[in-house]
Amino acid sequence: MEPLLDVKNLTMDFGGLRALDNISLALREGEILALIGPNGAGKTTFFNCITGIYTPTSGDIFIAPPGKKRERINGLAVHRVTERGLARTFQNIRLFPDMTVLENVMVARHCRSRAGVLGAVIRDRNTRREEEAIVGRSYEMLKTVGLSEAVNLLARNLPYGAQRRLEIARAMATDPFILLLDEPAAGMNPRETDELEGLILQIRDERKIAVLLIEHDMRIVMSISSRIVVLDYGQKIAAGAADEIRKDPVVVKAYLGEGSDA
Amino acid sequence: MNRLAEIRKSLAIACWFMFLTFPVMVIRVNTIEKVIDWRWLNMLYIGAGSFAVSLLWRYLMGRAAGGPKPAGPEASAPAPPLQRLREDPKLYRPALLLLAAAALAYPFLVSTYQVNIMVTALMYVVLGLGLNIVVGQAGLLHLGYAAFYAAGAYTYALLNHHFGIGFWTALPLGGLVAMLLGILLGFPVLRLRGDYLAIVTLGFGEIVRLVLENWNAFSFGPSGISGIPRPGFFGIEMNLHGATVYLYFLMIGLCLLTVFVVRRLQDSRIGRAWIALREDEIACQAMGIDKTRAKMTAFALGSTWAGLVGVIFAAKTTFVNPASFTFLESAMILSMVVLGGMGSILGVALGAFILVLLPEYLRVFSDYRMLLFGIIMVIMMVFRPQGLVSGIRRTYEYRKGEPVEHGTAAGR
Repeated sequence: MEPLLDVKNLTMDFGGLRALDNISLALREGEILALIGPNGAGKTTFFNCITGIYTPTSGDIFIAPPGKKRERINGLAVHRVTERGLARTFQNIRLFPDMTVLENVMVARHCRSRAGVLGAVIRDRNTRREEEAIVGRSYEMLKTVGLSEAVNLLARNLPYGAQRRLEIARAMATDPFILLLDEPAAGMNPRETDELEGLILQIRDERKIAVLLIEHDMRIVMSISSRIVVLDYGQKIAAGAADEIRKDPVVVKAYLGEGSDA
Repeated sequence: MNRLAEIRKSLAIACWFMFLTFPVMVIRVNTIEKVIDWRWLNMLYIGAGSFAVSLLWRYLMGRAAGGPKPAGPEASAPAPPLQRLREDPKLYRPALLLLAAAALAYPFLVSTYQVNIMVTALMYVVLGLGLNIVVGQAGLLHLGYAAFYAAGAYTYALLNHHFGIGFWTALPLGGLVAMLLGILLGFPVLRLRGDYLAIVTLGFGEIVRLVLENWNAFSFGPSGISGIPRPGFFGIEMNLHGATVYLYFLMIGLCLLTVFVVRRLQDSRIGRAWIALREDEIACQAMGIDKTRAKMTAFALGSTWAGLVGVIFAAKTTFVNPASFTFLESAMILSMVVLGGMGSILGVALGAFILVLLPEYLRVFSDYRMLLFGIIMVIMMVFRPQGLVSGIRRTYEYRKGEPVEHGTAAGR
């Protein structure tokens, strides 16, 4: 079966710095693939390359949405990538702070709706129906992540953990087939992390969305990921199931440094 | 203890000011009689004045910073009157009716001069609301708005001069020309952000004005175009008062239309995209919004309103020349938006009324007008940077888990 996301020899240079060096990986249907590595290993750069924020120096990124043709998405504008069905969250939360929680999610329905200026002004039947559908869908998303009580709060007033969940709801509202989560558990307490774990599994199982996950919290990485890819200094140093990674001497060295026998 | 420290600081400032201004304010050399006047009284005035101002400033700053407040938690405090007026339908409806009645009766109760001022104020309301789409909602700092205003005015003036085209035909054309100009400017400019965008739009505004000033064959240069007819009303001849009143109702109509359109846009898919764009450009794109397209729409729509008002301006003054469309004009309109409260319709309207009507009724102080204007802006930005009225975010109610009813809630 063709992988949903197929990255081949991806390289990204910033001036003289090689942030990503010949990275290849594939994400298959129903998988949760974790991307781990020490700080500055190039994980977020990898996300930015895939989602179109950066155009990679070389290499290919192919996507194969279910029921659609395989397509190369290098250099595509950010919103086009989202349209194709890749949605992401951000490491440093990037919500729309002065919009309400519901509106934050409604914005994400933009690329799945069509009303133009004229429709907005006249507010004809189609526009009204579309608007209702947007509200309904967004509310449903918020219910999934457990924020249905907070719909009318401003996003900036949400507690930290809830903001992270709102980001996930917002990303989900774009109807993706791949969800890219950039450190979703950062700053969460253990209970919140457990809930998040459940949420990610639920997203994969009920909505059939494959997940690419960057995370530092090893507990969540080890327990939910189907496979793990380890990056260090822009290079892929290991890949495999959780148990293999845990015992891999190269990985241990990258995390703990030379001469350690942890 | 705290208060004593404040007073001591203010005293120090007063002493410093007295010392600084000593050579200018106290010593006067009388060159004719070759004596020196020591004006010690001036020193006293300066000392007392700077002490009082410094103390007031400290007090206000302390309050703005949320300093010592005797009252309990802020949440229990009643909403400011304007906010309450908007939220409570029992107050809102009668207030609206009263306003409508006043607006209808106004031109029949006052002189032509007063009606004229009100027409100007209403024009600026529409201009402010138009610019608010660009600045307040999409968050694009636009300093050349007067160029689009000029585009509308010159469209009517030139079309009338050359082809005898009437007001009602020129009105949509003026809007269209301004919109096209907005799109034309938008293409190269909208990849810029923040300060850079501001500088480019500022430059564009000046270019348009300079072209109008120097291209004599096209725009008749600084002498402008005169004899532009006032708007017609089914061919009925009107005296000056009649024409002014007619224009007044025209402006009321345009204001209502603008408010209607702007409100609907605000609550639409497009309006949400604009606000998202303002809040976080990268997240906005990552959510599938075409940044360029959203900016372009905002720019084009904002410009359209400027064009419409431009046509009305030409018809009102029956004369246009480039001097009416200087940078100061753009800055004034921007000030209305910022003073009133970016993104809030009521706020922008209020800002426009204040900035147009205050100078008119404070003609006594006309020498100090710009000084006062500057002081007001500084004070506003220090103590209430969000403007007089803050924006409202739409909220939704749920019954049985289904979204049904729409209301509003205070935000920002």
